[in-house]
Amino acid sequence: MKKITKLGAVSALSLIIGATAAFAEDIKIAFIDPLSGPFASTGTNGLHQFEHAVDFMVNDEGGLLDGQTMEVVGFDNKISPKESLIQLQVAIDQGIRYIVQGNSSGVANALTEAIDKHNRRNPDSRVLFLNYAAVDPALTNDKCNFWHFRFDANADIKMDALTDVIAADDSIEKVYIIGQDYSFGKAVSAAANKMLGEKAPEMEVVGDELHPIGKVKDFTPYARKVVASGADAVITGNWGADMLSLGKSIIENGFEGPIYTYYAAGSGMTAAFGEGGKDRIRLISQGSINPIGSDRARDAYNSFLERHPDGNIDQSRIYNTIGMLAEAIKEAGTADDVVAVANALENMEYDSMWGGKLFMRPQDHQLIQDMHIGVHTDEDIEFPYDSSTFGVKTESTIEMASMDSPTTCEMKRP
Amino acid sequence: MTDEMTKDPKQQITTDPSKPSERMRAGSMTITLGPWIIAGIALMLMPFIFTSNSALTIMNQMWITVIFALAYNMLLGQGGMLSFGHAVYMGLGGFFCMHIMNYVEDYGVAFPLPLLPLFGGLFGMGFAMLIGSFSTSGAGTRFAMISLGVGELIAACSVIIVAFFGGEEGISGDRTYGLPFFGVEFLKQIEVYYLISFWLMLSAALMYLFSRTPVGRMANAVRDNPERAQFLGYSARWVRFYSFCASGFFCGIAGGLFAISYEILTEENLNAASSGVILLVTFLGGVGFFFGPIIGAIAFTLLQTVLSLQTELWSIYAGALFLATVMFFPGGLAGLLMMHVPAFKLGKMSGLVVPYFKTLIPAAIGVLGICALIEMTFHFRHGATGDNEMTLFWTTFDSHSVLPWIIAIAVAAIGIGIAKMTAPEMKEAWDEANTAGGTS
Amino acid sequence: MELILVNLIDGLVTGLLLFMLSAGLTLIFSMMGVLNFAHASFYMLGAYFAYSISLAIGFWMGLLIAPLIVGLAGAGVERYGLRRVHQYGHVPELIFTFGLALLIEEVVQFIWGKNQMPYSVPEVLNFTAFSIAGNSIPAYKIFMIFISISIFIGLLYILTKTRVGMIIQAALSYPRTVEALGHNVPLIFMGVFGVGTALAGVAGVIAGPVLGTFPGMAFVLGSIVFVTIVIGGLGSLWGALVASLLIGWITTFAKSYNIAMSDILNGIGIATPENMSDNPFRDLWTITSPQIADILPYILMVLILIFRPAGLFGKRES
Repeated sequence: MKKITKLGAVSALSLIIGATAAFAEDIKIAFIDPLSGPFASTGTNGLHQFEHAVDFMVNDEGGLLDGQTMEVVGFDNKISPKESLIQLQVAIDQGIRYIVQGNSSGVANALTEAIDKHNRRNPDSRVLFLNYAAVDPALTNDKCNFWHFRFDANADIKMDALTDVIAADDSIEKVYIIGQDYSFGKAVSAAANKMLGEKAPEMEVVGDELHPIGKVKDFTPYARKVVASGADAVITGNWGADMLSLGKSIIENGFEGPIYTYYAAGSGMTAAFGEGGKDRIRLISQGSINPIGSDRARDAYNSFLERHPDGNIDQSRIYNTIGMLAEAIKEAGTADDVVAVANALENMEYDSMWGGKLFMRPQDHQLIQDMHIGVHTDEDIEFPYDSSTFGVKTESTIEMASMDSPTTCEMKRP
Repeated sequence: MTDEMTKDPKQQITTDPSKPSERMRAGSMTITLGPWIIAGIALMLMPFIFTSNSALTIMNQMWITVIFALAYNMLLGQGGMLSFGHAVYMGLGGFFCMHIMNYVEDYGVAFPLPLLPLFGGLFGMGFAMLIGSFSTSGAGTRFAMISLGVGELIAACSVIIVAFFGGEEGISGDRTYGLPFFGVEFLKQIEVYYLISFWLMLSAALMYLFSRTPVGRMANAVRDNPERAQFLGYSARWVRFYSFCASGFFCGIAGGLFAISYEILTEENLNAASSGVILLVTFLGGVGFFFGPIIGAIAFTLLQTVLSLQTELWSIYAGALFLATVMFFPGGLAGLLMMHVPAFKLGKMSGLVVPYFKTLIPAAIGVLGICALIEMTFHFRHGATGDNEMTLFWTTFDSHSVLPWIIAIAVAAIGIGIAKMTAPEMKEAWDEANTAGGTS
Repeated sequence: MELILVNLIDGLVTGLLLFMLSAGLTLIFSMMGVLNFAHASFYMLGAYFAYSISLAIGFWMGLLIAPLIVGLAGAGVERYGLRRVHQYGHVPELIFTFGLALLIEEVVQFIWGKNQMPYSVPEVLNFTAFSIAGNSIPAYKIFMIFISISIFIGLLYILTKTRVGMIIQAALSYPRTVEALGHNVPLIFMGVFGVGTALAGVAGVIAGPVLGTFPGMAFVLGSIVFVTIVIGGLGSLWGALVASLLIGWITTFAKSYNIAMSDILNGIGIATPENMSDNPFRDLWTITSPQIADILPYILMVLILIFRPAGLFGKRES
């Protein structure tokens, strides 16, 4: 009986995996991110942007090489490292050579190590890992490898840009740092302390604390401490529901100053902050949406809105990822030899349609780009988020942020 | 809960020989080798049928879940103890193994990798002894809530105590630095597959034998009626404690295998969601039978890994399947299979085949029709504007036009309708097949 | 000093909110022996229904109608789901509610999508009631306290002063005797389940705007509700109230004051080790109370279960 069950189950398995077997003509990209579960909204929005990006930037332009099209295949990793590794294996078996992932540095860490091992153990089916959003600095420092490319600025680069702005603001004398209790929250706190100490020694850090991630029901007590500390500004690396609840709670309980954030826009958050967050929420990002970087970017955004009227382009780096990958494949003249593509990506300079120049630093595969600090507002907003009237308006720009920042990466090339 | 359970014998998980579905529960005392040999051969041959690495990875995941679910069922099915934090024992075993693996890598210690799960098991058992020392003094709600509390505590610790758990990113290692085992370095998935299969057979056999030892039998007695067991001179508490430790041991083995297979352990291996999943897996398979969790683990892994490749809505289907199982077949999938044993023994299975075809095939088609409606609604609501085309069951159509909707509704209605019509016939055939003696 | 007062108020709000959930749960448990894992899911349904209704006809109608719908849904679940599973025993019942919780979360995502809902405090209540030393207390919090307390008084009145309440109380202790007296116990069960889930619905309606309305909101609250009723003693309404307030205040104060583990350890005479970076317990030394505030209730529960298994106010051992 057991045998029959197993046979039935596995024949179903082979049928399904076989049914989605790859066609060699298309260049396939595996998108491994949460498409179900509590973080599904971010994952689904990312997938929509990727799908639009390949159509807008590659397929509608006639494809790559000799007319090959690009296709993004979604794999649901349920934000679990274990599932990600299974889906990675499925993707590799389907002949996919490019993996994109972004949500959760924990998953990115698991993937980059697994891909490094896989490429070492299976030289004929090597893959590249294009990380579009996981910002743990370690990925391009101690844990760097040749197969991993990061298209987002890492947490340190972002903090470098943020602290530039904060240090230049004379009205800020006291800063409160609060974040989620895990690697990223700790990295944000460490970077903020270090950089503020260097750039504005007279500035006082009146609070520096961590709260459990995803477990806090009510942020009021934290907000009280922020208010009681007399801080002029708050810095937080929170994301998701933790960001929204913390931000709302701080504002509701009488804090008057700006809140500097990493991830306080899109995915329903902009609409939910609404009027209360106006001119209060500031966030660091690459790619300026308001004002938009170029006419082509405007076309891109409009054509995205035609497909997803309720959607946002809140991760413009996705377009940079696809653009640069397409460029590298053209330069390498092949999409199958990932080492050639990786070599082409290294050192690449690329003009982003969102404005500014991009440079893939060869030492650590960290993309160097302009950083923008935007404010949550409803004035001068051409492209609002979440079908609301609010959006993010760029206030200041740091060009080629942290171009010369040090890295501990010792890249081993094949 | 215990209190009420003892008052009301009807509400226990107990062996009721008058019900055919429960007759197998106690199990015969003779140990037959047949199924084990077949299973062993099947495990050996599997990689020849499914050669791709992803199939191997999925099968590895399945066998690890099988061990974990069997270990969990030592508590739930055999001991009547409901644990909400059992992932902890597997996770801790895995973390411990990962530390050993890293130690081997860093210091070049000669250590054969295939032995690693044993250490995970010992660590899992050690922790189970610690927790079991106070949690097993009662079954029912008290045990369940302590397991929930301990589970939450350990999961929370995993992000706070970075030295051992590695924080949110977990800890990772490389399995290939161990002593080559007869020339095998575990570079390839297939080598890992056979290692896991070996441990699967070994642990399953040991767990089966455990259920046949006096302690295993007493666990059943304590589950069914702790007071009576106490009158016979057995300490219910110690019987529970032994089961709990044994379960912790096999969970630890599963954790060790996880460490070998994935080479990474994270907070996910400890958290409440994983503990909940194993409860679902075990119950889906059937807690009343030794092989129930095996079926559950296979079915659930396929749902989670393979169905999720096909649809974003997989968890809706999984949830619905699960609810349907609890409501209609509390014996789980294994219970459903074992219901047929009496009919089989009476030699009347052939009489069931035709009615089954008449009812179950239309029902399956009807259910697929409903699934199609759900998928279409989802696509209609959440799909990209302008992108009205969707592909379902190998056909591509426009989800905004009326025709596909009519077809899906018709298929669902007709399928369910026919199933309803033929259901009495099936019931009749069922009763007939389960009646001894010829009535025809 | 002022901060203590502010924290007392904040903790009260958290505690009372928890109470609205645990009151229904503890009634359901003591009556039917079911630990309803889907209880927090009904809380989530309350918030989502109220959001949809508030878009159409305003917040106040949402407050009125959403709990009714949730209560009806709860009664339906009891009638068509739980009652069927009841015959198989308690474990399948519990697992049924467990599966139901998963399914409700999925269905909510299917209907409302996966994003945060912009469900916000009504305009009338969107002002600062008063402030204490620069800490503003939003009027909405006062409103939440007011609603929760009225519900508690109402429940207490119904349970102790009315005939229905008497029957329910009797059914809590001696269900079979009550049945023998000719009362329709299944109907009472359905009613209690409906009312319990409706209470969770009310909690969802009023908590949705402040704590966020998103698919994970049930999971965040999920098990803490069980912890509350176990600490309070299963089946005890007063126990649920005391435990809720206790948890509300403990977590609020733990978050508000940075008590470091090293201070406590030094206080009891253990010196901080010299070289922290190699110490295997280094993470233990750096723990602060806000980090662990939300797991304190679990520690409390495990301790209570070990030393006083009946809970603070419980009469019988579970």
